[in-house]
Amino acid sequence: MEGGLVLLGGGSSGVSTNESAVLSKVEVVSEAESELELGLGLSLGGGGGGATGKTKAANSSWGECGRILTAKDFPSVVSQRSNNGGPFSGTKRAAESVSHESGSPSVVGWPPIRSYRMNSLVNQAKAQRGDEGDSGVVEKDKPKDALKKKLNSNGKQTTVNEKGHLGFVKVNIDGIPIGRKVDLNAHSSYESLAQALEDMFLRSANSLEKEPLALSKLLDGSSEFVLTYEDKEGDWMLVGDVPWRMFVSSVRRLRIMRTSEANGLAPRFNESNERQKSKPI
Amino acid sequence: MQKKMAYSFPDEVLEHVFSFIQSDKDRNAVSAVCKSWYEIERWCRRKVFIGNCYAVSPTMVIKRFPEVRSIELKGKPHFADFNLVPDGWGGYVLPWIVEMAGAYPWLEEIRLKRMVVTDESLELIAKSFKNFKVLVLFSCEGFSTDGLAAIAAGCKNLRELDLRESEVDDMSGHWLTHFPETCTSLVSLNISCLGSDEVSFSALERLVGRCPNLRSLRLNRAVTIDKIANILRHAPQLVDFGTGNYATELRPDVLANLTGAFSSCKKLKSLSGFWDVVPAYLPALYSVCSRLTSLNLSYATIQSPEIIKLVSRCPSLQRLLVLDYIEDSGLEALASSCKDLQELRVFPSDPFGVEPNVSLTEQGLVAVSLGCPKLQSVLYFCRRMTNAALVTIAQNCPNFTRFRLCIIEPKTADYLTLEPLDIGFGAIVEHCKDLRRLSLSGLLTDRVFEYIGTYAKKLEMLSVAFAGNSDLGLHHVLSGCESLRKLEIRDCPFGDKALLANAAKLETMRSLWMSSCTVSFGACKLLGQTVPRLNVEVIDEIEPPGSRPESFPVDKLYIYRSVSGPRFDMPPFVWTMDEERKILHSEFRHLL
Repeated sequence: MEGGLVLLGGGSSGVSTNESAVLSKVEVVSEAESELELGLGLSLGGGGGGATGKTKAANSSWGECGRILTAKDFPSVVSQRSNNGGPFSGTKRAAESVSHESGSPSVVGWPPIRSYRMNSLVNQAKAQRGDEGDSGVVEKDKPKDALKKKLNSNGKQTTVNEKGHLGFVKVNIDGIPIGRKVDLNAHSSYESLAQALEDMFLRSANSLEKEPLALSKLLDGSSEFVLTYEDKEGDWMLVGDVPWRMFVSSVRRLRIMRTSEANGLAPRFNESNERQKSKPI
Repeated sequence: MQKKMAYSFPDEVLEHVFSFIQSDKDRNAVSAVCKSWYEIERWCRRKVFIGNCYAVSPTMVIKRFPEVRSIELKGKPHFADFNLVPDGWGGYVLPWIVEMAGAYPWLEEIRLKRMVVTDESLELIAKSFKNFKVLVLFSCEGFSTDGLAAIAAGCKNLRELDLRESEVDDMSGHWLTHFPETCTSLVSLNISCLGSDEVSFSALERLVGRCPNLRSLRLNRAVTIDKIANILRHAPQLVDFGTGNYATELRPDVLANLTGAFSSCKKLKSLSGFWDVVPAYLPALYSVCSRLTSLNLSYATIQSPEIIKLVSRCPSLQRLLVLDYIEDSGLEALASSCKDLQELRVFPSDPFGVEPNVSLTEQGLVAVSLGCPKLQSVLYFCRRMTNAALVTIAQNCPNFTRFRLCIIEPKTADYLTLEPLDIGFGAIVEHCKDLRRLSLSGLLTDRVFEYIGTYAKKLEMLSVAFAGNSDLGLHHVLSGCESLRKLEIRDCPFGDKALLANAAKLETMRSLWMSSCTVSFGACKLLGQTVPRLNVEVIDEIEPPGSRPESFPVDKLYIYRSVSGPRFDMPPFVWTMDEERKILHSEFRHLL
């Protein structure tokens, strides 16, 4: 066994053996240690004592331990958890079946840009496309075309994403003071959004049996709750009346209201049910 | 002889000496010398920093340090910035405020990061601390302008109100009018995060006008360019200024007014804001440029030629934040003009586009590394990278303290050789001996972690995504990085072995975050039950981890050391492993 740092259990990495000479000679570890020995014990106490981070190699050698549990060990279950188990296993479940217009699956939190900045990018993209100024950016007395020309001086597109609204909107449900956030970008239809919200709010996370919920109960008026949203003008509307994309570009936040309190909102769902079901998204 | 001296040295003298010792590290060392020093020190400690609000309880802090005047608290894990931490996770400041209201009537400063702050908390602050001076809410949420009104009205000696990047609920546009006419003490006001309708401009103008000590003012996006000149004329003493949006159709009178206003600000050294920039208004800034040390153009959608025109007039620039519109050509200009540059952050203008929309590559960063010898801190988003470039950068900049590279597409290899970027990052950690913070990206194998464990001895914070092949990678980091305090990992094939083998290490760190890895529920339980003073929390929004086999991987895992035991404010989707004090499942017995 050569006395160098050896990659064990590494698997296919495509690392070139032709290492560049600019790296100074990597420390040659003594033979006894070069097999990085990992015991499965906790390496606590003894010399550890929590004082330093160094843990002495434990007894059993790496190669003899049980296999490392990977996603491959749980084929049937894991594939339910994530669409492709590959690099995007971090995808939120609600977003799994959605594919980005740009072609790559939607990954939560990647690239790592703060939502504060993302929302700014969105507002700028909107302003440049001459959308109705929901961000208050566009001066109302200036012709929008002139402004668009100024901002797009190079003709370069600076839009983030043709889907329009990037980022998360707040959702509150009557009865729970703390709101949640939902990523509208991860959904392409009201059904998908409603399902996600039902998963989030209307099912106790601690209960072991899932209540069998029909899809879109929130949308068809049969649940005790109704989904509403506040639009750019500050009006509260029932969700589902306008085409999805229009909704996405005008929604500011969502609220799941008790059906009993949702009187007075524009058309009651029960009445417009037929219209809703046949509406293209 | 020595003993006699110890008795004859009055406490007051020691206290006076200690008052010159400001750093927490030194103070902690002082308190560990002997019992009497511990006692003296704890009574005169005025400033406390708590990097994880759940690591210690308010009661314990108050018990040990009864005379605190300034407190800083951090709540949610860093990955909460990228929406990886579900809403409702925690980080509530109210319990702290409640206890401090009773114990620290003379509290002057509260600084919070990533915490949930309610209007109730703000009202309590305004009511409880008569000499309150500084409120910094960095990336916080949960409050509205009502809470701000309470602060404005209640804090008679307010010096600093900084809401940077917080989320504020818009209730009324007039909270600023709650600052009494007698308030003249403001030194710093940052309201850049407020939405359109939330600021009464006339109240703002009057406030600015009556605060002669105002040094830092950051406006929000709603403030239009024609109003900036008025504000600046009220406060020519400003050192740091954040514009509102910087766009309007070009009007010569507005431009002239603005130019005059800026030129009267002789002390201005830092500029930010610049939403929606109309390039024609940039020349108004030229008079300030020669003194500028910090420039944040990261919301400005101006193109490279305009950026170059600006930046090449700023020879004193130390800090630049910019969008990738600057392109390689702009970075080359930066490299030749700004020899004092210490910090560079380049953000993507189109993070989700598949094709690059700008010509910004590894070359730009190489150019800056070559031209700016003082460069210490880098955050760079790009679409391609090579090992050779990274090696060059490392050799040019051995003084890096923070290096964060984000290659936008996960697992992108060296585009020339198609190899992993292990060697490139290896060169960074090898050459930059003072590196404290590192973020990795691109195609990476276990080897890069080997390099990190070997060389990155001063590394305190490491962020990893879509990297590595096996537990060995994690083991290298946990066993090799002696100074490691925060480790955050997502989407890597790291599982139980490395974690269990390095369990003791976890208590020496502030926190560990792992999401979408392969750590099993059983391992989490084992850690939580057997390692003292470690809180092991499993986050799962879909179903309880206990409802599945123990070998099943958990979705998200957050481990942090704590002297106050498991917390009690967890939402339903967070489980703490300390509660599961039952006999280990038989599957794991053979591993002990």
